Amino acid sequence: MSGALARALDSDLWWSFRRSPTTVVSAVVALICVLGALLAPVLAPHNPFDLATLSLGDAFKPPAWTPEGDAAFPLGSDDQGRDVLSAIMYGARISLLVGVCSVLFATVVGVVIGLLAGYLGGAIDSLLMRIADIQLTFPSILIALLVDGVVRAALPPEVHERIGLFVVIFAIGISAWPAFARTVRGSTLVERNKEYVLAARVIGISQARIMLTHVLPNVVGPVLVIATLGLGGAIITEATLSFLGVGVPSTQPSLGTLIRIGNDFLFSGEWWITIFPGLALIAMVLSVNLLGDWLRDALNPRLR
Amino acid sequence: MLAFVISRILQAIPVMLAVALISFAMFAYVGDPVSIMLGQDFTEAQRTQLIHDLGLDQSFLMQFATFIGNAVQGNFGLSYRLSRPVAELIAERAPATLELAFCAAALAMLIGVPMGVYTGLYRNSWLSRAFLTFSLVGVSLPTFLIGILLILIFSVWLGWLPSFGRGEVVQLGWWSTGFLTWSGIKALILPSVTLGMFQLTLIMRLVRAEMLEVLRTDYIKFARARGLGNRAVHFGHALKNTLVPVITIAGLQLGGIIAFAIVTETVFQWPGMGLLFIQSVSAADIPVMAAYLMLIALIFVTINLVVDLLYYLVDPRLRIGRGAAGGH
Repeated sequence: MSGALARALDSDLWWSFRRSPTTVVSAVVALICVLGALLAPVLAPHNPFDLATLSLGDAFKPPAWTPEGDAAFPLGSDDQGRDVLSAIMYGARISLLVGVCSVLFATVVGVVIGLLAGYLGGAIDSLLMRIADIQLTFPSILIALLVDGVVRAALPPEVHERIGLFVVIFAIGISAWPAFARTVRGSTLVERNKEYVLAARVIGISQARIMLTHVLPNVVGPVLVIATLGLGGAIITEATLSFLGVGVPSTQPSLGTLIRIGNDFLFSGEWWITIFPGLALIAMVLSVNLLGDWLRDALNPRLR
Repeated sequence: MLAFVISRILQAIPVMLAVALISFAMFAYVGDPVSIMLGQDFTEAQRTQLIHDLGLDQSFLMQFATFIGNAVQGNFGLSYRLSRPVAELIAERAPATLELAFCAAALAMLIGVPMGVYTGLYRNSWLSRAFLTFSLVGVSLPTFLIGILLILIFSVWLGWLPSFGRGEVVQLGWWSTGFLTWSGIKALILPSVTLGMFQLTLIMRLVRAEMLEVLRTDYIKFARARGLGNRAVHFGHALKNTLVPVITIAGLQLGGIIAFAIVTETVFQWPGMGLLFIQSVSAADIPVMAAYLMLIALIFVTINLVVDLLYYLVDPRLRIGRGAAGGH
């Protein structure tokens, strides 16, 4: 274990990481966001879902550093006396969960389609890549909105309320798969004609097994970079859908939901209800994007 | 030239057919239009009659053909939510969205290109660094947050600009315009900035990258050796040669602007097609969703086509013969 750690500390990746202050700062910010979200039940000052602890007397408290602030509500409270900081921590959980799951979903779909298209070639390849091309002409937000809208129309409201989170993950995942499929297809086309694949075919290994155990490990490298870069986009898409009121169900508010609700109070002067969740979203997305940029450059041998 | 145009149009047809098929599938399989239109009380005979009237007893292909025939004539039936013809609803909302998209695109080009040229020419000046930092923030900020921040600053705190609606509009025939009144123009500012911000930063970064690339090439050195002034070299030689990728990206982003208008229109309660679409998604109003999808697809396909044709005009190498074209 310590040997692996020493090796990791000695690697090129770690060296390029330490050399870039921006990357170190983004890693710290991202870590704070992830830890704050994961440990929300332990760290958050209040539980925003526990209605018994809410009191309307605590409503609309400004942030703690303003004259009327209350130390119990560091970032102020909303219309129902909910602590904004706690709501952000719980909201970030949902945002991260949806972001990570939808990227994973897009990765699996994209890798499978890319492998099939690249390895099998022919008519299957043209069909699948044509679909990817058509989808890529439309912005992903539009695809996600449409998938979400169709599922919403097809399901009865009470069912939708229950599985709403999965619907959003599905919608965002479907909107993002072509980028993965195209990259994997490209690398598969190269790998397909290499000698180890020919050797595997000669000794009679099935096509499915060649794809999964021989080709797949050699094409997943770039997928990691696309996934990291896609995570920020997925979080933004989720926040946008929830802001538009068609994303996650209101029983599981994400950062986008909080911003939408807080937006109603912007004009009455309670800016903190919407601005702080917004800043949290920016911090999360910006740090993830900068980490993705660094990973892309660090793993690209041409830039060394 | 003509063969090129025809081949591009032929390529666009399958895309439109695929989108039409999706729209049609939404109509046919999501929700039940018969029970929605019949309401609570009906006899079996009325039901059969309605199914027959709607053509739902015909084969799938016949129904699809009818759907396409109607769609070509702009007939998408009645909105489930508002009980009005979908085409009428969209025509009413289109001017608002198109004016907004036009302003956002103009803003992105008119500010983004000069900023890109400047940062490309003076790489190390402090202003260039400031522009680049600004562009990083612009790319990472979600559209709706930009809108909210602008509203907070310019409407709530400073009280300079309105935060919702189009202001006073003037009817020119069926087109309603906000360009002719002072309040209409004031109402356009914040939404256009919000919508154009992402495209602005994108165009700026693209022009900068292309300028850096082009300025290294030999013909720039030759142009300088011939004694041409900075102005002629920078704009006549360098900028002109960055235009091909800029036109592509800017053109494709025009589609993005129309898509993101959905978000901007929601933030600013702008009475355009995007707001109509989002209200339809919330209310599961399939006819409006299907019509909007087809319209957006048509706009995207048209933009792609126009971009391809502009290539042709801007880059003489494409005219001489495709395939023979080399790099810079």
